Amino acid sequence: MNPSYLEDTVTLASDSPKPVSATPLNPRRRGLIIGASDGLGAELARKLTREGYSLALLARTQDKLDALCAELNTKEQLARAYVHDVAEYNKVPDLLRKIVAELGGLDLVIFVAGVNYPPGGIDKFNFENDRKMIEVNLIGAMAWLHPISEMFQSAKAGQIVGIASVAGDRGRVGNPGYNTSKAGLATYLEALRNRLTRHGVNVLTVKPGFLKTEMLKAAQGATPFAIEPSKAADDILKAMQKRKQVIYTASIWRWVMLAIQHTPSFIFRRLSF
Amino acid sequence: MTVTFKVTVTYNTTMSINLNSQFTQLENFGHSLKASCYRIQIKRSEDIYEAFQLAKKLGLTVTARDTGISYNDVSLNSGGIVLDMTGMNQIQEWDPATGLVRCESGVTLEQLWKRVEPDGWWPPVVSGTMKTTLGGCLAANIHGKNNFQVGPIGEHVVEFIAMTPTGALMTCTPKKNADLFYAMISGLGMLGVFTSITLKMKHICSGLISVDAWHTPNLNGQLSSLREHAPDHDYIVGWLDTTMRGKNLGRGQIHAANNLKEGEDPNAHATMQLSYQHLPDRLFGVMPKSLLHYFMNPFLNNFGVWGVNTAKYISSLRDHTFRQSHAEFHFLLDYVPDWERSFGRDGLIQYQSFLPKETAETAWREMIELSHQRGLPSYLGVTKRHRPDQFLLTHAMDGFSLAMDFKVTDAKRAKLRELLQAFDAIVLKNGGRFYFAKNSETSADSTRKFLGAETISKFKKLKKRCDPNSLLESDLYRRVFL
Repeated sequence: MNPSYLEDTVTLASDSPKPVSATPLNPRRRGLIIGASDGLGAELARKLTREGYSLALLARTQDKLDALCAELNTKEQLARAYVHDVAEYNKVPDLLRKIVAELGGLDLVIFVAGVNYPPGGIDKFNFENDRKMIEVNLIGAMAWLHPISEMFQSAKAGQIVGIASVAGDRGRVGNPGYNTSKAGLATYLEALRNRLTRHGVNVLTVKPGFLKTEMLKAAQGATPFAIEPSKAADDILKAMQKRKQVIYTASIWRWVMLAIQHTPSFIFRRLSF
Repeated sequence: MTVTFKVTVTYNTTMSINLNSQFTQLENFGHSLKASCYRIQIKRSEDIYEAFQLAKKLGLTVTARDTGISYNDVSLNSGGIVLDMTGMNQIQEWDPATGLVRCESGVTLEQLWKRVEPDGWWPPVVSGTMKTTLGGCLAANIHGKNNFQVGPIGEHVVEFIAMTPTGALMTCTPKKNADLFYAMISGLGMLGVFTSITLKMKHICSGLISVDAWHTPNLNGQLSSLREHAPDHDYIVGWLDTTMRGKNLGRGQIHAANNLKEGEDPNAHATMQLSYQHLPDRLFGVMPKSLLHYFMNPFLNNFGVWGVNTAKYISSLRDHTFRQSHAEFHFLLDYVPDWERSFGRDGLIQYQSFLPKETAETAWREMIELSHQRGLPSYLGVTKRHRPDQFLLTHAMDGFSLAMDFKVTDAKRAKLRELLQAFDAIVLKNGGRFYFAKNSETSADSTRKFLGAETISKFKKLKKRCDPNSLLESDLYRRVFL
């Protein structure tokens, strides 16, 4: 046998942070939130740690993640920060493996990451912005949820939550790129659900309306039924427990979107909303 | 731009694996703990080496697992690699003339006794279930009901070969590589992975065993019975009614057994045949026993278990002597298939404490009383007699052990955890020890106290030598040694 591999320089497991060992009387659930630094992601992190989850938190900026971890880890270490840009697809497999090792397994994944760059008017077009939205909101989700689906399917356990949007329910004049990215994400999540339910994995699609976050500032015009992200996080946790498939938050959007979806095209294409 | 979604690691061209599709949720024996790990099937010892290489490349840790019969997390590795050793299950050599058997590490006790018994031999040390494997038995250095006579299984190992994470195949005997021999047996799989094990079987003259059964009115009676009657029996085990307190605390029954001598069994040849050693799979010849655990479930609460224990005690009042087959006597846990399922959705845990013969009674009286005060009585208690041995992470001593089963429920988790922490303090105060194959809640602190700093540093030095990159890690290792 050739022990030459011992000379390679690689990151050894012994140098990485260790997961906390769960025991029958101190069980742990382990979750991953992609896009956790503020808004809805941060609220979900706060609530899930209170529910007893150990969490891996991903976001682009170190500072915000560190502040959130400091807030969550007052008693014991429940959250770990990982800086990552979801558009860096090729880094996903290694990072995922590292997270699973350091977290000590994986039971729940929430994909929150999303960007919204409106073209700036209903007669403006901006390919670069559209492309960025597709790359983060849709392909970023696929890059992460693909290997995770593979793992959950094999383990016959796990829960996937994807944050789509009411914006994906209908193509509108305001922001075609964003509509498309969220419609694509919702369809992708539905397909995953159809594949994974038979393996005991629950896939929840969340369609928020307006949330009082950074992204709201980008929205043009009126923002009816806007809710605090913590209210949305509550709705999501409840839906997770009930293993629901699709929810709107606030729930009134279900009826609003029903009406919008059924608005005939000859009317809808004349509207400026 | 190319986006690679699929990660396929190929190495040595013999093993190609997509780890994501090996992700598996594994459990402890009591179904009270789940862990998600990447499972890799091992067929030959070369596979172990390749798995170590893969783990090193990916920054993952590794632990070996056979049939997963431990009550705790010794064969779980959350978020890491678990080597499924059940494929290495060949009995490589059996010599009925000398009683020496050489096996791969995934051979179960069931395979072993079924092979050797018709030739007039029996494994020297067995667990209460025959589903355990030799690799696991050595890693935990298991004991049987004959621990006070013959020591743990390690004392019957003639030689073993283990692969360390550096890829070295170490051959160890009590003389050769003796330090590793005494540390790898009892070493919880943290120094290397057993590939081949040579054991000396025990000669038997009959397929039957003669059992004396008598009842004991209280804890003092039970412990003095174990102490006085152990020397003139090959095996001794006590059942303890843990649902009683006050003056009846510790009432129970002793089963003590002797192997039959030459000539005592006129049909020795017949009784040693496998057909004679069969555990019936139907109750009263009608109901499949595999369904029995569903009917046991309604009794698995404080009141129901009190009733069951009391009924058992009343039936034990008739002291008597009888003969039964080896399989029936030894493998009590296999009588009801999947019995652990009867504990319900959240499963069970076992707490086993080893105490010196001088302090055992005080300690256990205090523990059983405490469990009643907190409303968390144990549902089953089993006592045994022990003697010390020289393995590094030994759990045995000149004294007794008491194993207690507890039902886990969501509502009582925190209370039960506190109770077991109080138990740990009582055991340590009385000079006791714990067993790494059973206890799931022992902390690093308790471990330091009962093993001693010297033993732990010796173990860690050996680990550094065998496993310089610390590739071998289990949930148990992280829990008690880090």
